[in-house]
Amino acid sequence: MPSFVIPEKCDGCKALDKTACQHICPNDLMVLNKEIMKAFNREPEMCWECYNCVKICPTQAVEVRGYADFVPLGANVVPLRSSDSIMWTVKFRNGQLKRFKFPIRTTEEGKAVPDGGWKTGTDDLKSPLLFTEPDSLGMSGVAKL
Amino acid sequence: MANFQTVEVTTDLLILGGGMAACGAAVEAAYWAKKHGLKVVVVDKAAMDRSGAVAMGLSAINQYVGLKDGENTLKDYINYVRNDLMGITREDLVANIARHVDSTVHLFEKWGLPIWKDEAGKYVHEGRWQLMINGESYKVVVAEAAKNHMSSLGDKGQIFERVFVVAPLLDGDRVAGAVGFSVREEKFYVFKAKAVLAAMGGAVHVFKPRSTGEGLGRAWYPPWNSGSSAYFTIRAGAEMTCQEVRFIPVRFKDGYGPVGAWFLLFKSRATNAMGEDYMQTNKGELEKWGPYGKVKPVPANLRNWLGMLDLMAGKGPIYMRTEEAIQKIASAVVDEKERKKKLKELESEAWEDFLDMTISQAILWASTNVEPEVKSSEIAASEPYFIGSHSGASGAWVSGPEDLQTEATKKAGYFWGYGHMSTVKGLFCAGDATGASSHKFSSGSHAEGRIAAKEAIRFIVENNTQPKVDNAEAQKLQSEITKPLDTFQENKGKSSDPNINPEFIKPKMFMFRLQKIMDEYAGGVSAQFCTNKVGLERALELLAYLKEDSTKLAAEDLHELMRCWENVQRMWQAEAHVRTILFREETRWPGYYRRADFPEMKQEWLAFANCKYDPKADKWEMLKRPVVSIV
Ligand SMILES: Cc1cc2nc3c(=O)[nH]c(=O)nc-3n(C[C@H](O)[C@H](O)[C@H](O)COP(=O)(O)OP(=O)(O)OC[C@H]3O[C@@H](n4cnc5c(N)ncnc54)[C@H](O)[C@@H]3O)c2cc1C
Ligand code: SF4
Ligand code: SF4
Repeated sequence: MPSFVIPEKCDGCKALDKTACQHICPNDLMVLNKEIMKAFNREPEMCWECYNCVKICPTQAVEVRGYADFVPLGANVVPLRSSDSIMWTVKFRNGQLKRFKFPIRTTEEGKAVPDGGWKTGTDDLKSPLLFTEPDSLGMSGVAKL
Repeated sequence: MANFQTVEVTTDLLILGGGMAACGAAVEAAYWAKKHGLKVVVVDKAAMDRSGAVAMGLSAINQYVGLKDGENTLKDYINYVRNDLMGITREDLVANIARHVDSTVHLFEKWGLPIWKDEAGKYVHEGRWQLMINGESYKVVVAEAAKNHMSSLGDKGQIFERVFVVAPLLDGDRVAGAVGFSVREEKFYVFKAKAVLAAMGGAVHVFKPRSTGEGLGRAWYPPWNSGSSAYFTIRAGAEMTCQEVRFIPVRFKDGYGPVGAWFLLFKSRATNAMGEDYMQTNKGELEKWGPYGKVKPVPANLRNWLGMLDLMAGKGPIYMRTEEAIQKIASAVVDEKERKKKLKELESEAWEDFLDMTISQAILWASTNVEPEVKSSEIAASEPYFIGSHSGASGAWVSGPEDLQTEATKKAGYFWGYGHMSTVKGLFCAGDATGASSHKFSSGSHAEGRIAAKEAIRFIVENNTQPKVDNAEAQKLQSEITKPLDTFQENKGKSSDPNINPEFIKPKMFMFRLQKIMDEYAGGVSAQFCTNKVGLERALELLAYLKEDSTKLAAEDLHELMRCWENVQRMWQAEAHVRTILFREETRWPGYYRRADFPEMKQEWLAFANCKYDPKADKWEMLKRPVVSIV
């Protein structure tokens, strides 16, 4: 099964052309059934359980049911991702619950500055120095053998 | 005939892939392209925010040398890599990546990747070379910097997502571009470029994986990297190296959760069914593997081998003693309140390690009620993969940088003008696409992408002509590549089942056929990673039939068309692998594969086993190249 879509929660991304889950799946697995406007995983046995479709779905309609060929039933792992952190709820087969929260980034979304504030460095195409070096190395030049 | 629109895109630099190496290439190329008024195009089969091996996130940066604080030297890193690969490594390439990787890591931090720090503000190490991170959004952040820099090029910076790259375009001995198709609309792309940088990752599902039901996709390596880099470079006629060096990591069993934090950070042991530590009880075996059996850390493949010896002796399963490790760390804290706090901290770190990069393993723990501080978990060797990183080494044979060459390396043929350029003019490689430069991981792949991109721009400036693309050739490739759609339409009426038809084969069954050949004859899981000459020749015989049948692949839609070509790519990776294992008449990495007919390591094979496919003559050539040390 791996990722699956809960029909009552999926709104087909409001009938827009590109659904979020389809946009993000690295393996091109999520598709929209246009007749009922619900998404589904078309090749569950090619799913890596990377959770990218789960994390991106605006209505929390996607969940993961562990690979049935080696995972006993009954557990689930559910993320809630905000702009700076992720909260995980882990439910054990025996009912035990655990929650974990981790930071995900230290800058504002979309705001990664390519040179990181470092001097851009050399203009010389032949020098081994790359863009932002040697500043970003924290040294006066590239290391020698 | 499938009704594709042909879209032509002309550029100076073409970057293939959107993973760690390609993002490094894009962020670097944008800077140099702007200075020289050049155009850069990036093509990814998926969405760059979450594509490649880092799509899910990672919990560690595995290559950081710490040069600025004098933590290690370049020589230290070279020694580590050489020993881990049993002597087979291109030290000039390893050194080149190592001298730039810290800069890449410092950039990651500025872009917003949370790297753990101690009270003194220093990075927290998992091991000597590894840093701990909160890496759920690792790829998002790295792709963002690349995209932001590309957009500063205006219409001279273009990114194509959901375009699957298949084959190279050539102009004589120079690369001229690439062709591929959209998986969203019927568009066939012809990219024309002055230089091409291949960075489409490694390959999985060439061998039969351990899980073949719903869990088929849960290989350690992501199912979406199908050997596109290897196929592209082989078909361009580039010399390839280390095609025999498959990678087989030992991971938590079935979920393939990472073990690095357990072995390195928590100092855990692994024990067999009798409670013995195979690294101790099988220590004597290390004597057989020359100088490499004597180094610390023990090379990855030898660690695998010592564990396999126990399994073959019926002493499995093998358990990671998580409970023992955690209790040991906690019991060192005297104060009871502090100890409880420490335990909570360790528990959270253990779970984050999985939740950041292998969520399946967290599900497996939860579904089997595993609390790592209470109960140990099984570990096992996975199936073989093809990557140019970790302790894998397969990829293209590329030129080293000029300033790191010696007389001896030049004589050995390590240098031909531009760093990280393959033997095909203008075709550069990085990350898992480059061979013989292992242990670059996420950070080193990004650094290598940067190095290769700068060199590619220099190549363009110094060879500033647009290679000629033969339009008839591009047309021919288009009909060949889209043919599986026609094959399906023309023959579907011959059966009432879309998958079972006497005239064609669907990509999924084609993949299973490939995996069965590789598993049984080329030393897969069920052959306990063991093979011999006759078995390998049988594999080649069966691969030849498979290659013939690849012209009968059929696809119902664009998604399946991509699956067809992914599996053709896997098949070529398989052939290069089989030919090279056959060529190297010794056993050098016993934990990766053994030649039962040549069970020992031989001095005469302290050499690279390279191969090259001649597209015009349709012939393979095998080459032996010397290993030369630079330190
Ligand atoms: C499970 C796992 C755990 C790892 N853990 C760590 C770790 O803890 N720390 C660490 O530093 N490193 C780790 N690594 C290593 C790291 O992820 C890789 O070294 C790195 O991602 C390699 O970069 P790359 O650019 O070569 O390939 P990738 O990052 O995999 O990128 C490949 C790119 O090519 C694209 N592509 C593929 N085929 C095509 C095609 N035909 N057409 C167009 N585009 C295509 C893909 O969509 C993707 O964008 C791990 C790897 C794996 C698999
Ligand atoms: S992202 Fe969520 S709501 Fe949108 S189509 Fe996918 S499952 Fe449905
Ligand atoms: S979990 Fe990952 S691989 Fe599976 S469908 Fe979702 S995005 Fe795709």
